[in-house]
Amino acid sequence: MKKDILIAGVGGQGILSLAYVLDNSALEAGFYFKQTEVHGMAQRGGGVVSHVRISDQKIHSDMIPTGKADIILGIEPLESLRYVDYLVPGGLILTNSQPFINISQYPEIETLEKAIKSYRSILFDATKLAKEAGTIYAENMVLLGALSNFLPMDKGLMKKWVKELFASKGEKIVEINIKAFDSGCQAVSLDLLCI
Amino acid sequence: MKKEIFMGDEAVAMGAIHAGIRSACGYPGTPSTEIFEYIMRYVENHKAPIHALWSSNEKVAYEESLGASYAGARSIVTMKHVGLNVAADPFMNSAITGVNGGMVLAVADDPGMHSSQNEQDSRYYAHFAYILCLEPHDQQEAYNMTREAYTLSERFEIPVMLRLVTRLAHSRSSVIIKEPLPQSVLPVSDKRSQWVLLPVNARQRYARLLAVQKEIASYCEESPFNNLEITENKKIGVIASGIAYNYIMEYFQEKGEALSVLKIGTYPLPEAKIRKLFESVERVFVLEEGYPFIEEKLRGILPHSYNIQGRLDRTLPRDGELTPELIRLAFGEKPKEHEKLPDIVIPPRPPALCKGCPHGDLYNALNEAMKSHKDGRVFSDIGCYTLGALPPYNAITTCVDMGASISMAKGACDCGVNPSVAVIGDSTFAHSGMTPLLGAVRENSNIKVIILDNATVAMTGGQATMCTGENMDKLILGMGVDPAHYRILSPLPKNLQENTDIILQEMQYQGLSVLVCRRECIQTGKKKIKSKSEKE
Repeated sequence: MKKDILIAGVGGQGILSLAYVLDNSALEAGFYFKQTEVHGMAQRGGGVVSHVRISDQKIHSDMIPTGKADIILGIEPLESLRYVDYLVPGGLILTNSQPFINISQYPEIETLEKAIKSYRSILFDATKLAKEAGTIYAENMVLLGALSNFLPMDKGLMKKWVKELFASKGEKIVEINIKAFDSGCQAVSLDLLCI
Repeated sequence: MKKEIFMGDEAVAMGAIHAGIRSACGYPGTPSTEIFEYIMRYVENHKAPIHALWSSNEKVAYEESLGASYAGARSIVTMKHVGLNVAADPFMNSAITGVNGGMVLAVADDPGMHSSQNEQDSRYYAHFAYILCLEPHDQQEAYNMTREAYTLSERFEIPVMLRLVTRLAHSRSSVIIKEPLPQSVLPVSDKRSQWVLLPVNARQRYARLLAVQKEIASYCEESPFNNLEITENKKIGVIASGIAYNYIMEYFQEKGEALSVLKIGTYPLPEAKIRKLFESVERVFVLEEGYPFIEEKLRGILPHSYNIQGRLDRTLPRDGELTPELIRLAFGEKPKEHEKLPDIVIPPRPPALCKGCPHGDLYNALNEAMKSHKDGRVFSDIGCYTLGALPPYNAITTCVDMGASISMAKGACDCGVNPSVAVIGDSTFAHSGMTPLLGAVRENSNIKVIILDNATVAMTGGQATMCTGENMDKLILGMGVDPAHYRILSPLPKNLQENTDIILQEMQYQGLSVLVCRRECIQTGKKKIKSKSEKE
């Protein structure tokens, strides 16, 4: 068993929090894992990426090699396409459909959706589900919930680490994020039937 | 056996804490910043008796760390690769003085220049100073090596360098941690002949440094960090150091077979192990992140019969970061099949100044003022404001190194550039902007120094700054800047006209003007509000 997941988004979209839950649940479930992230200059509104590798065998490279990612998780649709060459042929793009527009040449959303759909992909509105759960800031947890359908870790275990992540911010915040996780999980599990 | 999740940087921090450090010094710089931040958090959470506050620059940090070592304590000093240029003077001389308490310099290189002006390789510095350098390949080794580095530093009485690269510094994995060592403090040194580097002492100390090289070399020969595995394949062998070792192991895992590999984790290099590898195979691939340091050592100038492949013969690219794919290709594999990139254009999303950033307001005013001064130039510096080089601002004409804005502006002004404007942040000013400003005061140089006082080290994540607000005013006026040409600007969109006018007025003045642009960084401002509301 190995899962190589490339997470792509924009600085400030909560990729590090998402990776925190993945790392800790992978470790507790007894898997090997490695996870890279971006700090410094690139964070200032630029595109950021995190490579998460989970396996039952020793992992050597911190970076996912080209053509080996099983899943690209897009926090935002444009970024979900930036690293498609990391994806194994037939690999999955799982992405939020809500764009984050802070550049002038941002493509038409229809163009992006068409391009994403040309791959094996799941495109859904994580932002809307996050709002319904209680805050737009929980969209990373919606996406994590969606991703949980493809991971070897138990969902209960992942939720334990979501709780851990937000514990210091109070019960209300924990509740919202768990709700976001669940709704992401459900939204995509229905989709699973048709890909 | 306790397993914890650490970034490479954090594993170094934990290794140092567990080795019993009493002092941590450093200046923020990607990708090294998180080493120090981890220690600071640890000190706060555990009320640990470790002195850990940021220094004004890397040279100061290095000297503070050396002072801690002199006092008998174990200490760590952290910086990025270009920071070591700033600290090069004490660094080189600390090899001559040697140490008392164990001292580790953790320096993080940035191959590929993710967040830097160059990709210089710190291993050359270690060689230059004739000190020991350790290079971990993963988080576990980063922890183990840092702990071990203190023993080695005290054994050889030299500072030890721990070299990291971005990919390890910023990658997380689980690390097994060992029992922490107690803080053991040696007596304060009183060996004046060791520490007073008058030529008469320095010659003896240098001879001592040369003499200890033999012991260091024999340690490197035996060190478990240099591991040689010989396999059946007699054709090809590999020397791989640091993170490059991970990529070759990844390739072997995919291939299902391994070649003979010498993993390098220490410098100087283990010569006997290298000879043994070369005797076992016909050809050796040298894989290393950064400059071809090992490869240059192996090749020399005169021809020899060994067959070496690496960055120098372009088996691998001469510059930039290695990747697992580049290693595969070097071994003659076909490019790995992967999904094709889409046929639509994916526009780049470069970093940009945050929405509402005070620097943006300053650049808007400065651009307005410069419209009537087409021959003028804007010398900038290292920080978020360097992003003023990009659209929509395109406001700066140079950015070279910490503090260079003021000195370059003065040098250019001395040779006729007018207006000659310097743009520098508060932290960079404290780092190395004060000294060039003193020179400009003495000559009353016709330069316009704009200090962006956002009260933080913003680019590296909002560390505390050394000198801001009123303290800065007192400092600058105390240096002798004419109060009539010391102007405070409030960078807000509504003040665009007023700020433009002030800049234009000062450009009319033929002498030194300092304009302080004062507004808190919106990121640190937001953080304060957030942590306040969380507490309530």
